[in-house]
Amino acid sequence: MSTAWTVRAISRAMLPVLLVLTLVEIGSGLVLGRFETTLLRYPSLLVLVPVTIGTAGNLGSVLAARLSTAFHLGTLSFSPADESLAGNAVATVALAASIFPVVGLGAWGLTALTGSTELSPWTVLAVSISSGLSLAVLAVLVTVVATYAAYRFELDPDDVVIPVVTNTCDVLGVVLLYLAVLVFV
Amino acid sequence: MTVREVAVEAYREALPALGASLVGGLLAGVVLGGMRADLRSVPGLLVLVPALLATRGNVYGSLGARLATGLHQGLIEPRVAAGDRRLRAAVAAALANGIVTSLFAAAAVVVILTMLGNPVASLPRMLGIALIAGLLSGVTLVAVVVTVVFAGYRRGHNPDTLVGPLVTTTGDVFGILFLLIAVRTVALVAGGG
Repeated sequence: MSTAWTVRAISRAMLPVLLVLTLVEIGSGLVLGRFETTLLRYPSLLVLVPVTIGTAGNLGSVLAARLSTAFHLGTLSFSPADESLAGNAVATVALAASIFPVVGLGAWGLTALTGSTELSPWTVLAVSISSGLSLAVLAVLVTVVATYAAYRFELDPDDVVIPVVTNTCDVLGVVLLYLAVLVFV
Repeated sequence: MTVREVAVEAYREALPALGASLVGGLLAGVVLGGMRADLRSVPGLLVLVPALLATRGNVYGSLGARLATGLHQGLIEPRVAAGDRRLRAAVAAALANGIVTSLFAAAAVVVILTMLGNPVASLPRMLGIALIAGLLSGVTLVAVVVTVVFAGYRRGHNPDTLVGPLVTTTGDVFGILFLLIAVRTVALVAGGG
């Protein structure tokens, strides 16, 4: 059953979800607030924030969309030996391994171009790669659990899994960035 | 398909979208990095940033998905000039939901930070920033999403694959840029920091 094309029907379907997701995102904002002093001191870390959140949410949503499609086509089974599950999980980690080094170098390079950098490029790279790779592993777990839950509760994974996974990965991205900053900076 | 084949296909399919959002995210980061003075002068603003960025993605991503479905089903025509009733309703709903959610996020940040005993800017200031940022980025993203989805569809592209990377890339850049403009506008109108 799809939503009718009226302002009232669309808002009734969307607004409750949006408000709940907003509270979830404020959770990640509060984590950012906890290391605001460090972020304001080192601009290359501040540059990492939007790109980490964006890449985290994207990794999750790509995986969720592919698992939802496999689920609709009936080609998905929830076992570690399942090819679409294992293959998509491997691809997610490989994507993170390709993207996050560029994220770190880009953040450091752009900060160096537009002002001064106090941190060495290696520190920024260590932060982005360690948070990115651990994020990819957690994104796989979250997506599989959310898709499985949608399947058990007979919900359409397209409606439920993608927003839940995208926003959860946003939050995880910030939490892992925080932990990486604690370790490396 | 073997695990390897699935992995290679998934990797190839996702890399361009992730690359596009990487560029958008880095540009947004540079703007955010240049906003350190504004972040210091408006306590609580950084806490609001993830919620505002996610709202752009959730609201206008869903508008794009709705338009893509509507085009596939023949419910709407890929023309803006038609002034279609369904198109107007979808756009008005997205703008209204985007602004209501931004205002809700600002109010929630003020309430939560006050309860935690953390410093936070006044409620009117945060609401003003959320309203201006929500309005400007909403109008811009509606224009971008409608234009690209319709133009892409008329040229034979699948609008579903355009929407995700488009909204995440432009949403991040415009989201932060208009946040900066909103902070400075409110500071001009209300005076001081």
